[in-house]
Amino acid sequence: MFDTLTRGFRQARNRLAGLTELTAGNIDVALREVRLSLLEADVEIGVVKAFLARVKEAAVGRTLETRVKHAGEVHQVSASDHFIKICHDELEAMMTHEGDEIAWADGGPTGIMMVGLQGSGKTTSCAKLSRYLEKQGKKPLLVAADMQRPAAVEQLKVLGESLKIPVFNIPGESPVAICAAARGEAKRLGRDVIIYDTAGRLAIDEPLMQELAQIKDATKPENIFLVVDAMIGQDAVKTARGFNERLSIGGVVLTKLDGDARGGAALSIKEVTGAPVLFTGIGETTDKFEPFRADGMASRILGM
Amino acid sequence: AGKKEIDPNVVEQIEEVLLTSDVGVKTTELLLDEIRSALSRNELADTDKVWDALREHAKRILRVGAGGGLPLKAQPTVVMVVGVNGVGKTTTIGKLATQLKAEGRTVVLAAGDTFRAAAVQQLNVWGKRVGCEVVRGKDGANPGAVIFDAIQKAKDTGADVVLADTAGRLHTKTNLMEELSRVARTMNKALEGAPHETLLVLDATNGQNAMQQAALFKEALPITGIVLTKLDGTAKGGVILGICAEHGLPVRYVGIGERAEDLREFEPDEFVEAMLGRASGSEDAAA
Ligand SMILES: Nc1nc2c(ncn2[C@@H]2O[C@H](COP(=O)(O)OP(=O)(O)OP(=O)(O)O)[C@@H](O)[C@H]2O)c(=O)[nH]1
Ligand SMILES: Nc1nc2c(ncn2[C@@H]2O[C@H](COP(=O)(O)OP(=O)(O)OP(=O)(O)O)[C@@H](O)[C@H]2O)c(=O)[nH]1
Ligand SMILES: [K+]
Ligand SMILES: [Mg+2]
Ligand SMILES: [Mg+2]
Repeated sequence: MFDTLTRGFRQARNRLAGLTELTAGNIDVALREVRLSLLEADVEIGVVKAFLARVKEAAVGRTLETRVKHAGEVHQVSASDHFIKICHDELEAMMTHEGDEIAWADGGPTGIMMVGLQGSGKTTSCAKLSRYLEKQGKKPLLVAADMQRPAAVEQLKVLGESLKIPVFNIPGESPVAICAAARGEAKRLGRDVIIYDTAGRLAIDEPLMQELAQIKDATKPENIFLVVDAMIGQDAVKTARGFNERLSIGGVVLTKLDGDARGGAALSIKEVTGAPVLFTGIGETTDKFEPFRADGMASRILGM
Repeated sequence: AGKKEIDPNVVEQIEEVLLTSDVGVKTTELLLDEIRSALSRNELADTDKVWDALREHAKRILRVGAGGGLPLKAQPTVVMVVGVNGVGKTTTIGKLATQLKAEGRTVVLAAGDTFRAAAVQQLNVWGKRVGCEVVRGKDGANPGAVIFDAIQKAKDTGADVVLADTAGRLHTKTNLMEELSRVARTMNKALEGAPHETLLVLDATNGQNAMQQAALFKEALPITGIVLTKLDGTAKGGVILGICAEHGLPVRYVGIGERAEDLREFEPDEFVEAMLGRASGSEDAAA
């Protein structure tokens, strides 16, 4: 599954085999292999450079313990294992976030606005998130605010119906007006979380980005999540930066991780926007949704 | 200006541009090898010539199979549209139907995605927009059966083209890929030779995973061409270079927006210039 990446790291390991100290000289060869691996994993090139610099700084000059005593037993640790661990830890640190996934409102319903490129998985993730939150005792309301894509409202309605979670929409109204009216509907129905599904758009589409800013102004959601397809390539950074500059995103939902995409975007986006990946989509059905685990993702990126 | 020289960093700059365009390490190396050997033979006089040579290599790779639009070889010509989730299959069908209709062809749409919520309704909206018949089954119906009916319908009414939508599926899901092969075989039972065209839709925002998509879809189905969608964004879609180099599949169309008219026949030259900058001497070439 992570062939190339694993190969890269295996080569990096081989190059370090038998060494007891990492120096600027011997580490460069290994770092070059790591660079290739990360690029194959679709980590953005600028982020790759930053990562390599940090790993180098963390590693160089360390005399490597080749024999470690643990619980009374002596274990052999190779320089390469040590190097891999430094890479893993650095990756994990770069993707980790602390605290709750969701920022809750002090009083009144909590707003969660889902935004992103076309086809990234917003509508599906809205339904998944509503199910996830309901399991935690919340009472979500789904808001169908994509009035653009054919049958987008129907799609959310079908999903809401299957979950028995209400879906709000006003036929013929603008997305801004629908979202603005959703709070009243949530109060009327006694719902405590409002999840806004918005139409897919490009970060460079000025009128549509303006519309999102208006929805944000009208609803003041506690959370704005960028939904990103795990298969995204180098464009992850431009896209995340574009949405973040306009909306200041609080977190990322990384979808379609059930395939063999390595998901380097998880690293790139966090690095560039500071917004952590909070949830992952791991299938098409509404139960395939999990909180993000940085250690798991680091291992995935390293092919471990 | 005096005699121009070759910027010593040109290879590095090219590498950076290719990698940021999602060309991928392997194909980037392939292209750089050609540049390096031309440089070592002193064939390239200055930096501009180096970029020109790169553009030429890239265009050559993309000219496989001559691309172009959709050949209508049979009556009806049956076109199956496949790809991973959310790449733009259904929208591409809507756009293609629009073009065919404008050329005076009659088109039948087959709602072969019976899985995703409201996928049938989505195709139905397109059918109404374009003004063509949509053959649909019940929710959860067998996709092969729906497409079989659509082909039958097209034969009965003398329609020119059947465009068959399918559910998005990740190439790694073996059972779903097998189902897709079965659907293709069912189509052949409805009409000898069908599907005449099997289009793989790829999303230009995707990175290196698109290589795997192409490899595994090609393994499961007789793919005849590619549609590269979402080129209207900031993504360059450079992964298509590796796919063309490796699989020799022609890119037939590119998607450049969400509207009915946002589909164009693929032009290798235009694509490469959008990726690497326009002709010799331009500023953006080395940016
Ligand atoms: N395999 C897999 N498919 C997913 C996942 N999340 C979403 N999908 C699929 O991806 C496709 C697009 O999902 P949508 O939820 O419609 O995406 P969207 O962002 O709302 O799309 P637009 O509204 O058109 O911009 C659908 O086929 C979904 O079933 C996931 O985690 N895994
Ligand atoms: N910007 C842009 N958006 C596109 C393009 N083609 C399709 N889309 C959008 O991408 C999203 C997904 O398109 P669909 O046609 O539903 O994709 P699909 O492959 O049928 O999706 P599934 O059936 O869920 O797998 C929709 O919001 C489309 O409007 C394109 O060329 N450019
Ligand atoms: K583009
Ligand atoms: Mg949607
Ligand atoms: Mg579809």
